[in-house]
Amino acid sequence: MSAPKVGEDARVRDIISRIRVVPDFPKPGIMFQDITTLLLDPKAFKDAIDLFVERYKGQNISVVAGIEARGFIFGPPIALAIGAKFVPLRKPGKLPCEVISEDYFLEYGKDCLQMHIGAVEPKERALVVDDLIATGGTLGAAMNLLERAGAEVVECACLIELPDLKGRERLKGKPLYVLLEAH
Amino acid sequence: MEESKGKEDPRIAGISSSIRVIPDFPKPGIMFQDITTLLLDPKAFKDTIDLFVERYKDKKISVVAGIEARGFIFGPPIALAIGAKFVPMRKPGKLPGKVISEEYSLEYGTDKIEMHVGAVQDGERALVVDDLIATGGTLCAAIRLLERVGVTVVECACVIELEELKGRVKLGDKPLFVLISST
Repeated sequence: MSAPKVGEDARVRDIISRIRVVPDFPKPGIMFQDITTLLLDPKAFKDAIDLFVERYKGQNISVVAGIEARGFIFGPPIALAIGAKFVPLRKPGKLPCEVISEDYFLEYGKDCLQMHIGAVEPKERALVVDDLIATGGTLGAAMNLLERAGAEVVECACLIELPDLKGRERLKGKPLYVLLEAH
Repeated sequence: MEESKGKEDPRIAGISSSIRVIPDFPKPGIMFQDITTLLLDPKAFKDTIDLFVERYKDKKISVVAGIEARGFIFGPPIALAIGAKFVPMRKPGKLPGKVISEEYSLEYGTDKIEMHVGAVQDGERALVVDDLIATGGTLCAAIRLLERVGVTVVECACVIELEELKGRVKLGDKPLFVLISST
């Protein structure tokens, strides 16, 4: 069941109705929140972006960092609307120039996120964007990358939170803003 | 007047100068066109999107298909601005629902891209977006996927064309619009 986090905004109810839940993906027992069906509804997609833009414009945010790959869908439209740069955070080996890397743990094993050196300057105010927060491992790694480069992470922004996985607790006290939660 | 490369537009110079060329990535002899530096320049990024939007907004395009992963950065802002749906075309195993796949050749071996069944309808008019066209293999596979389900591919749109790899030739009669041609 999904519920709006953002008050009673009618736009959020529409957004919820456009997200498709796919059982047993990528493995049995997981109810996958598929945002591709939201992207097929131009009004609902625009509403999702507008909700973030309304929150962040006028907040002196100069960096929107998006996590590969679904963060690349939501981050750039937000960045463009608020006049910020967009910084892609990528899996290893994708970025062509010198990078800083942050390892993070998965259920089994670990993974790594990278950011170009020089993409952010010290003291810049940054958002981190992804479609969903689950355990918070990837978002935590993303925050670490930005902070290591001297930026201030103002907030993490996702469409969907899976609160049962307690990802919010892995964000070192940084605020998290989501449009809806799914159980 | 040949306008397929947008040579006359004064915004092109700023966009072109914001792209960083990295020699010998991902392997020796390749001059990699790094668009991440374009994304760090809010005006250049906005101008890039505006140039595509101006071209496509009155063309009754209902689908913008973007190729993973850098097509996810440019496709959604275009889709949002022209009121079209955004359809991600992904590497195998990433999309959670039922998919159709198209295989294509690499220098060594083959790869595949996938699209969700039901994302597009017979008769829709589509753009295919990626950051760059090299040999045209991925773009051709994307076109075939869309055409298999009855979609008309109106044009392929890329920021950069690597002319000497002759991707335009591989696209045959399918129009290609690029902002910058690189030799």
